[in-house]
Amino acid sequence: MNKQRHWYHYLWIWSIIYFSLGFFNILFAWLGLISFCLPLIFAIGGGNKLFCNRYCDRGQLLRALGSQVGLYARKDMPQWMKGKAFRYGFMIFFFAMFFNIIYTSYLVAGETQSIQEAVTVLWSFQLPWSWTYSSDVAPWVAQFAFGLYSLMLTSEIIALVTMLIYKPRSWCVFCPMGTLTQTICKAKAQ
Amino acid sequence: MGKLSLRHAVVNKDICVACGTCVDVCPMSAMEIFRGSFAKPMEEKCVGCGRCARECPASAIAVEVRA
Repeated sequence: MNKQRHWYHYLWIWSIIYFSLGFFNILFAWLGLISFCLPLIFAIGGGNKLFCNRYCDRGQLLRALGSQVGLYARKDMPQWMKGKAFRYGFMIFFFAMFFNIIYTSYLVAGETQSIQEAVTVLWSFQLPWSWTYSSDVAPWVAQFAFGLYSLMLTSEIIALVTMLIYKPRSWCVFCPMGTLTQTICKAKAQ
Repeated sequence: MGKLSLRHAVVNKDICVACGTCVDVCPMSAMEIFRGSFAKPMEEKCVGCGRCARECPASAIAVEVRA
């Protein structure tokens, strides 16, 4: 049975556009905040996970590459990865890294630290990314962009790797935003 | 009311992450996300095909014979 296609079924394109834009101008990385704000607006305002269920560009991209292109191994994730300890632990770690980005930008704004024109992948590997930055804006603005792009790229890599090894939307099991919004929704539903 | 199928999807609410994969893949549009908390099959629509169970990344769905 074919389901009717809507405009939001094509939001996976946004993932590709986002990472492509950041390759040319790092300031576009700020747009990644949409993926932080919208799920929270839906969860707090509506008590639902409509963002995950309908509008998540990453979830759609994983489904497209996994289910439609067939890039996945159809294996079950290990039990510990699906457990509450890992899900909440990863969420805390992820948001700690996010607040570290804000703190680093604050240090750059106060000129206590100089800007790092690099993208850090998997919190370990620094990739030169300086061509994407021309000093037209305050350094802290660019520093936040480099940080956010690093976080978005890192989570995208983890999502793609888990897609390949397990099931298309395996990332959703421990996605920090998904865990946070589900917690909010469960609290609101009580 | 139509006849219910022999088998149906059963969701483990404690494991379900409410990602919506089951809603996407269900050919009968028989799945919904209840208050952003967990997936809930619509009993009258579910035919127990098992597509949701196969695709669920959290392995939170099983297909069982109706009681």
